[in-house]
Amino acid sequence: MATEEGSGLQIHPMDQFVVKPLFGDGPIQWYTPTNVTLWMGIAVLAVIALLVLSTRRRAIVPSRGQSVAELFYGFVHKMVEDVAGHEGVKFFPYVMTLFMFVFLSNMLGLIPMSFTTTSHIAVTVVLAMLVFLTVTLVGLYRKGLGFLAMFWVTSAPLALRPVLAVIEVVSYFVRPVSHSVRLGGNLLAGHAVIKVFAGFAGAMGLASVVPIAAIVAMYGLEVLVAAVQAYVFTILTCVYLRDAVGEAHH
Amino acid sequence: MATEAHGEAGAAVGMPQLDFSTWPNQIFWLLVTLVVIYLVLSKIALPRIGAVLADRKSTITNDLAAAEELKQKAVEAEKAYNDALANARTEAAKIIAAAKAEIQKDLDAATAKADAEIAAKTAESEKSIAAIRDGAAAAVAEVARDTAAELVTALGGAADAKSVSAAVTARLKG
Repeated sequence: MATEEGSGLQIHPMDQFVVKPLFGDGPIQWYTPTNVTLWMGIAVLAVIALLVLSTRRRAIVPSRGQSVAELFYGFVHKMVEDVAGHEGVKFFPYVMTLFMFVFLSNMLGLIPMSFTTTSHIAVTVVLAMLVFLTVTLVGLYRKGLGFLAMFWVTSAPLALRPVLAVIEVVSYFVRPVSHSVRLGGNLLAGHAVIKVFAGFAGAMGLASVVPIAAIVAMYGLEVLVAAVQAYVFTILTCVYLRDAVGEAHH
Repeated sequence: MATEAHGEAGAAVGMPQLDFSTWPNQIFWLLVTLVVIYLVLSKIALPRIGAVLADRKSTITNDLAAAEELKQKAVEAEKAYNDALANARTEAAKIIAAAKAEIQKDLDAATAKADAEIAAKTAESEKSIAAIRDGAAAAVAEVARDTAAELVTALGGAADAKSVSAAVTARLKG
């Protein structure tokens, strides 16, 4: 809707999402270093700075940086333990990887002129499919065909169970879709809206204080969204992992 | 929702998310990134932070135990101190009593000795006073006799030693 008004204003809210080669202008092969590579690399560096460099002194009384690292560790560790259960703790490095990547990509994406890797469906779909495949394979490996029992709701009346089974199966396979679109969509929408407001601000002269104020407010909201979506993505991963490793609870 | 709206509205620009030609690139780099982060976390960061947290926990537990032990020791030390103090007090009281008794004994002995000495000295003094008094009386009689004899001679009488002596003795008695 914004773009209809903005078409005369030369607003291109989607330009920020274009994948470009870092060097030259050639076609994008699977191995081409692109802005995706750059910003994912920055995310890796941020992970290293945050969790490795800050803890190199291994202090009993932590420095500020080490406190932050311990905060992340404790936060995700507690989430895995509480939600996925005791058995899920062996997936802690995996969940931590997902959380740190999503959280830092979201936050780095809020830097003006940056590229938000997690706003791309390609990225979020892969992340969600990895979780989906992990859960399915680990569940089948650990529980065998018993894993399929989670689709057979024994607490429901017998007549309803086949219907519920169909619903459960469908919802199971819809998980990666909702899991990925929730994350990608939230970031995409937020960044696009900020860009549209920025376009207004450039075209409205003195009255642009209004869109600028709106950008400030939106930016605050987007910081919240970036953190909350990383949290939601991770906690859903833990919830799904519980199906694979936890006690039967359906 | 918002995604679709923007996707359709921004047809002029297109939606880079749906440009499938970039998907292999993104997926490749994403997998590289995830593997790198996973290795960094599982090989370095997480064991290190976990060890630090465990270290801290055990340090705190140990410190608390040590503090508890020290507290116990302090209580014991205080008890020992109080015991020692009480012992010392009793001991001191005993010593004071003993000293007092000894001093009293010495004092009594000294008093008795002094009394005896004083009595002896008194008796001696009395004896010598009596001797002196007797001596003095004899000397007075002597002087009186001599003086009387001289007086008689001076007055021109013939001093008969025997009669003068008798007269003086009678006068002295009278």
